[in-house]
Amino acid sequence: MASATSTKSRNAAGGKKLAASDNGRFGPYGGRYVPETLMAALEELERQYEKARHDRRFQIRLDALLRTYAGRPTPLFFAGRLTQHLGGAKIYLKREDLLHTGAHKINNCLGQVLLVERMGKHRVIAETGAGQHGVATATVCALFGFECAVYMGTEDMRRQELNVFRMRLLGAEVRGVNSGSRTLKDAINDAMRDWVTNVRTTHYLLGSVLGAHPYPMMVRDFHKVIGRETRAQILKAEGKLPAAIFACVGGGSNSIGIFHEFLKDKKVKLIGVEAGGRSDRLGEHAARFAGGSPGVLQGTFSYVLQDDAGQIATTHSISAGLDYPSIGPEHAWLHDSNRAEYVSASDSEALEATTLLARTEGIIPALESAHAVAEVIKRAPKMKKSDVVVVNISGRGDKDMGILRESLRLG
Amino acid sequence: MPIEFPSRPALVAYVTCGDPDLATTLDIILAAIDAGAGVIELGVPFSDPVADGPAIQRASERALKHGTSLDQVLKLAREVRKSRGAGLIIFTYLNPVLRMGLGRFAAAAADAGVDGALITDLPVEESHEYIRMMRNRNLETIFLAAPTSTEQRLRGIAEASTGFIYAVSRTGVTGARAQLADDARKLVTRLRRHTKLPIAVGFGISTAEQFAAVGEFADAGVVGSAIVETIERNPGKEAASVAQFVKQLLAGRPQTSAVSRS
Repeated sequence: MASATSTKSRNAAGGKKLAASDNGRFGPYGGRYVPETLMAALEELERQYEKARHDRRFQIRLDALLRTYAGRPTPLFFAGRLTQHLGGAKIYLKREDLLHTGAHKINNCLGQVLLVERMGKHRVIAETGAGQHGVATATVCALFGFECAVYMGTEDMRRQELNVFRMRLLGAEVRGVNSGSRTLKDAINDAMRDWVTNVRTTHYLLGSVLGAHPYPMMVRDFHKVIGRETRAQILKAEGKLPAAIFACVGGGSNSIGIFHEFLKDKKVKLIGVEAGGRSDRLGEHAARFAGGSPGVLQGTFSYVLQDDAGQIATTHSISAGLDYPSIGPEHAWLHDSNRAEYVSASDSEALEATTLLARTEGIIPALESAHAVAEVIKRAPKMKKSDVVVVNISGRGDKDMGILRESLRLG
Repeated sequence: MPIEFPSRPALVAYVTCGDPDLATTLDIILAAIDAGAGVIELGVPFSDPVADGPAIQRASERALKHGTSLDQVLKLAREVRKSRGAGLIIFTYLNPVLRMGLGRFAAAAADAGVDGALITDLPVEESHEYIRMMRNRNLETIFLAAPTSTEQRLRGIAEASTGFIYAVSRTGVTGARAQLADDARKLVTRLRRHTKLPIAVGFGISTAEQFAAVGEFADAGVVGSAIVETIERNPGKEAASVAQFVKQLLAGRPQTSAVSRS
């Protein structure tokens, strides 16, 4: 493999630490695999981000926006009835679903939009799967007065109709993408084509820990606040760290955000839940670690669902946000180094988890987040009552009412 | 065998292999060479061609429908090499090559009689091992230079490239354009400070006039999407149509500038 071999020397160093090094590697994963036209823009973005990161004024502004606009900190809620129902570990929910726009995505969008302002660009493009990142991008562009175009697969536009309308209401242009499986991957392809054409005036506000360096590192950093808050909150509530943290993994931004603060606490199990879809046949799921192998897609070297000839496979998940054939490169490294464990939940398990959380706690999670809840349902009963676990409820289910109504026959 | 650009501008012709099928692609390539194309870029269809515009996206989809693979493209190259001496370059995205393995790819390409490769989404800084494998087999490594490339990047591209350098005429994806951007001439001028290698200009060339204009400042012009569209528009007579189009492109060359260089 190019990366595995070309980074042999870097590997040795990379293996000792879990943070991205300067060249954007997580072990052998990550890197920067894009057409030459984009390379200068990525270098510029990396420079600007490095400067901003060490600029106190940038941090103060971002913190203020997160507090007064997005609604941070989000609560850590003890799910008493769910705990009782499952009869095992004490379950806490990190309520990212309560943020403005309904999901964790706003954390990253606020960070990047401040960078757009610093770079003097005035046009922003983004991709979206479930529509949550598109809505968050449209929102920050409205807030800053930037032009905004969001690429979205037409299949996703159909199943997340409400979010399409929200983006338009916020003044963004939603561009339907008809190629491939007409989902997230295809939306990213078209966003990259737009960026390669308009790179001099346009910033690509990528919504997950995917793509070429510096995106996986930068997007992670903007979401680390989830884990920082969780750590302080659980210590205050329980006086100890959790035994396990559960989060769903599409590209992997909410999960890396909550995991990162706990990487050095080896006793805290980190569990990422991928989309098991309909079955384990290629094309019917998005479980990259179960069915994928290392490869390069859309700028980064990571696990990819692909065929023997290196063509990227189609995927399926009931949740548009998890319906993607690759995974953030840092997750690939956390997987290979055994620091995090990755499992999958099927469409039907996610639906059951949605119903259970709705009826025990009065909280309707996004279908993405429901995958994390599904894994807790499997594990909590087998754990000790003195164990504490945290589930990241990365988004709320309002956007999913159409699919839920089609899938759940209620009363 | 070194890639030669015997006349200026030489024509580098891109074809998406397997569109409409591999047998027809072979005919197209032979016809293009006989009509005067100096170098053929054998395009490997990929499921996610982020650097390509609609024409090559459609061609890739057609080629993938019947499972065209890198393996098959290399076999096709071997067929071409049996009877023709023109330059043959594998033009591909990285993942199919990674899947095959860099070492295996270089060995198979050399064995097939290919001259070199260009990997669209492999920038110079990620290419260390690829270059090593290719050098081992005496294969050329062609890299892209873009109007957005900094001086430092152009220097790196010039150092890593052999055979020729592919200068992207404008920001954007592949596809025919009515006008060639001013970017192209500027980029070639900048590149010249860093290299003595031949420079081919591509992205957007579709007419004899544009092709001839490229000859004023570059060694070769790459024509891709316009050839792919010619194939798309002429089902059943692909090879003849491409041959005619290639002749048309070359006919626009001013006779006086037919300078021999290698």
